[in-house]
Amino acid sequence: MLELFFGFAALLVVTSLLVVLHKNPVTSALFLVLAFSSLAGIYLLLNAEFLGMVQIIVYAGAIMVLFLFVIMYLNLQHDVETGLQIAVRRGIGWLTGVAALLTAALLIRRGWALGPANEQLPEAAAGNVGALGRTLFSRYLFPFEITSILLLVAMVGVIIIARGRTKTAGEGA
Amino acid sequence: MAALWEIPAVQTLTWALVKVLIILQVMLGVVSYLIYAERKICGHIQARTGPNRVGPFGLLQPIADVLKLLFKEEFVPAKANKVIFHLAPILAVFPAIVTFSVIPMGPPPTFVVTDINVGLLLFMAMSSLGVYAITLGGWSSNNKYALLGGLRSSAQMISYELAMGISTVPVILYAGTMSLVGIVQHQAGFTSIGPVPLPNWGIFQWYLVIPFVIFLITAFAETNRAPFDLPEAEGELVAGFHTEYSSMKWALFFLGEYMNMLVICSVAVTLFFGGWHGPLVDRLPWMGLVWYLLKLSAFMFFFIWVRWTFPRLRYDQLMAFGWKVLLPASIVNVLIAALWLYGKGPR
Repeated sequence: MLELFFGFAALLVVTSLLVVLHKNPVTSALFLVLAFSSLAGIYLLLNAEFLGMVQIIVYAGAIMVLFLFVIMYLNLQHDVETGLQIAVRRGIGWLTGVAALLTAALLIRRGWALGPANEQLPEAAAGNVGALGRTLFSRYLFPFEITSILLLVAMVGVIIIARGRTKTAGEGA
Repeated sequence: MAALWEIPAVQTLTWALVKVLIILQVMLGVVSYLIYAERKICGHIQARTGPNRVGPFGLLQPIADVLKLLFKEEFVPAKANKVIFHLAPILAVFPAIVTFSVIPMGPPPTFVVTDINVGLLLFMAMSSLGVYAITLGGWSSNNKYALLGGLRSSAQMISYELAMGISTVPVILYAGTMSLVGIVQHQAGFTSIGPVPLPNWGIFQWYLVIPFVIFLITAFAETNRAPFDLPEAEGELVAGFHTEYSSMKWALFFLGEYMNMLVICSVAVTLFFGGWHGPLVDRLPWMGLVWYLLKLSAFMFFFIWVRWTFPRLRYDQLMAFGWKVLLPASIVNVLIAALWLYGKGPR
């Protein structure tokens, strides 16, 4: 099992790097799909089959297809931005990277135990779909509902923005 | 060697591999004869005879077809994205083959490759990955018609996937499990509507009838079959996403389409028609395989029948139908099934 974990982890790291480093946006998006799939593999190794499958359905199957859709629609062949834009983006990238490294260093210095967050789910071994559902709809019901309202707000916002544009463009469309 | 064979994991793995090989080989044969069946049935629907020159009743036609495809020139457009152009046909076949590993073809453990407790989700995951083949194939060809076909297909498949996923939820509620083997086992025995005795299949539960209809409609859309074959509408888009493909790469797209049909029909049989259940299965386990194949063939015939009798939908009607009719209907069905099963009390 450990070998499988290292395989998936290595794949995840390499594909994530390629997402950032590759010039062609479509290829980057495809590497992101691969990264999501290897993350799903790690979930499976952790006995979280439901999460692993949902990871593929939602991220690899739906969200990334929409990404690809947009990239193809814009027909971006290569990185077209130049000069200042790239400089600013690189600066932000370096800052974020340094911040992430500092966080990692702090975490490693304090040891790996993350406290009582890793609690064992009941009956986790015998198929965790039921256990996950029960926990989500009892103990974590409020955060769950709040998340769904957040998504609804985002959806309504998108619809309003899209409608506003068509009205200015096509007069009462 | 003998010591190695004693390890249970090695035995399980070997048997799984043997089953996978058998299924793969049989499927390749079945698909080529499905194409023959499609051409024959379409011929008779259009008052022709269909292929009848190669061998008796044209039975050797698939072999001739495959030979022709193998010897054709392999053509890659000059400005195509080479890697993705070669990757797309592979992606067309891969999800269908993976899904077959969880489909129960007869009583376990003999006729099932593997039984995982999220089998239905694996099917959903793989069918959601199926979009990539068509989208990428269309994009990498560097051809307007192919690109439009690819974009249409990604929009269509994302829209119909939602309705399909939600239409299977009532079945999960009914069976209480996401394992496909578990769902089939739950459909054993008999039920009755009034005085008429009926097998205890999903389709004979009143709250699963509409989910079945929704699943069937979305299945046509997911496999890009008529009346939902907009991605390859030949009147508008030449041949859609595979316009630039030739030879075996085109054949792989074709293979993928038929394998996807087999997979979706198998899932329909599993969810709504009792999978391997039928008379004599208790005494002779292989009869389960026979019943499964019979039900599967009936579904495949239905798919071909529909393709050659219904006209294609218009694109905006297709999207409106998916989002405004199928999706709300399937959500309402989940509510109805949940309330009914809750009212019935614990099993």
